[in-house]
Amino acid sequence: MKPILEVNELTKSFKTFKAVDNLSFTIQHGEVYGFLGQNGAGKSTTMRMLLGLIFPDSGTISINGYEFNNGRRHLLKSIGAIIERPDMYGYLSGWDNLKIFATLSDSKITKDRLYEVLEIVGLKGREKDKFKAYSQGMKQRLGIAIAMAHNPDLLILDEPTNGLDPQGIAEIRALIVSLSREHGKTILVSSHLLHEVEQMATSMLIIHKGKKVSDGRLSDLMNPDETLIEVNIRPNNNLANMLSGSVWGQLTVSQTEEQIVLKMNPKIVPELNRWLVDNRTDVLSISSRHSFEAYFLNITNDTTTANRAI
Amino acid sequence: MIQLLRIELYKIFKRPRTYISFGIVTAITFVIQLAMLSDGNSFVNFALQGVNEQFDIRGNILNGYLITYIILQSLLIHIPLLVALVAGDSLAGEANSGTLRLLLTKPISRLKLVMAKFISSFIYTVLLIMWLAGVALVLSLVLFGKGDMINLKSDAFVMILQDDIMWRYGAAFLFAVLAMTTIAALSILLSAFADNAIGPVISTMGVVVVLTIMSNLELPIFNAIKPYLFTTHIIGWKGFFDDPVPYAAITRSVVILVLYTVGFLGTTVLYFNKKDIKS
Repeated sequence: MKPILEVNELTKSFKTFKAVDNLSFTIQHGEVYGFLGQNGAGKSTTMRMLLGLIFPDSGTISINGYEFNNGRRHLLKSIGAIIERPDMYGYLSGWDNLKIFATLSDSKITKDRLYEVLEIVGLKGREKDKFKAYSQGMKQRLGIAIAMAHNPDLLILDEPTNGLDPQGIAEIRALIVSLSREHGKTILVSSHLLHEVEQMATSMLIIHKGKKVSDGRLSDLMNPDETLIEVNIRPNNNLANMLSGSVWGQLTVSQTEEQIVLKMNPKIVPELNRWLVDNRTDVLSISSRHSFEAYFLNITNDTTTANRAI
Repeated sequence: MIQLLRIELYKIFKRPRTYISFGIVTAITFVIQLAMLSDGNSFVNFALQGVNEQFDIRGNILNGYLITYIILQSLLIHIPLLVALVAGDSLAGEANSGTLRLLLTKPISRLKLVMAKFISSFIYTVLLIMWLAGVALVLSLVLFGKGDMINLKSDAFVMILQDDIMWRYGAAFLFAVLAMTTIAALSILLSAFADNAIGPVISTMGVVVVLTIMSNLELPIFNAIKPYLFTTHIIGWKGFFDDPVPYAAITRSVVILVLYTVGFLGTTVLYFNKKDIKS
């Protein structure tokens, strides 16, 4: 099947700064495609180019077979988007905003469809409130309702969880997953929050300083041997000696009297647990954490900046 | 395009700030009318000091037509500001509030968006001038009655018979619509360059004030360019209150204002079509 989105050798500079450098990728129908990069990596510039807001210096964008130079209208009809913040007209109601932007989508959209999308995003009953009275989460959800009102094939969501509290983040994440699974939407979602994208995406594109550094299905990208395993134990001052004399010492990333962090394949966690118990160490908990984070840091090769973004 | 225009008008007239302009016009008009009601006769006597020595003028001098003329002259600098408040906000306000990027992700062309902004600003301008005409002319006639109008100029005075006035006001208001549409086009152009709403409004007023000063200063250095400044021509409506009416000068003013409007609009479209939306 032909990809829904094809990007070829996209390049954009602002004066002497190259924001996006020869970027190519494709997205297949039905995917939730995570778009990752540190702050300033070029994610928003790329997404703006996909939407025709910023003009590329070179390269091509094709959505459903349409390109900007010969099918801008059709191309934009295939997309629903939120870029950065879902800014709308504060003096109008949620319903008015929804109706205005749905009307501009160049598609026949019935009143029932508008109520349907309000239902999907959980805003039914609040549509008459002024947009400026909405919480940040409600604004994001109205943004998603506007993006999907004309039933586009592709949703482009730039940092959709920005500025939300944990509850709001969980709601938007669940909504994005349901839009893909239950409504069959293809979704390109960007974030600088690794664990957010990790929980939603089926495939991933990582860019660094405007260049693609990784692209593919999440399961293919991850090296299981790089998983970080965190073991919490009852304080044991002999632990350091025990570890250094064993095979586990070579896998240890950090250790204290109460915690060991190892980089290893989760499949051998039972052997680790057995070894700790055999050596009279009380294990309180074992968990894998930030496996994708380690991958991301490794691939962007710029830990200081990456930690700041995370 | 019609749908886009309807949406633009809906947005303009749903904003409380739009009605502030109508309120300001009403307030200024009322203030002048009240002042004239209380002290109008001494104002007229003072203005006609020199004339009264040579002519015996009788009748209702302080009539609605004269009051309207005084109001129109007083509002010369205010109306462009009120037009700029809406037109200058049209693109820059959307950029500032972040709605421009959402608008432009929809399948509408940038040309159509600029045209919808321009036409909606034009309709707002027409309504504002009509409101001014209603409040100033109709209310002044009700309060002060009819009469022949004296148009006092620096070197002469023109007496216009009351039966010969209404068409002149009609033409003057039409001319004012054109002049203010030029201001609206300038505001939209400046609005395309800016990402904040207040910048284009201040810039428009800055341009109008500077060029008006240049148009009015009797200095040889400015005399060569004066005929080409649009500010020289936006007061062309006054020509309709001359006798005889200087049709050639008015036509030249109309042509120049139309050329400026088209030029401002064309430049806006050319620039906005290539603008990267980063706001």
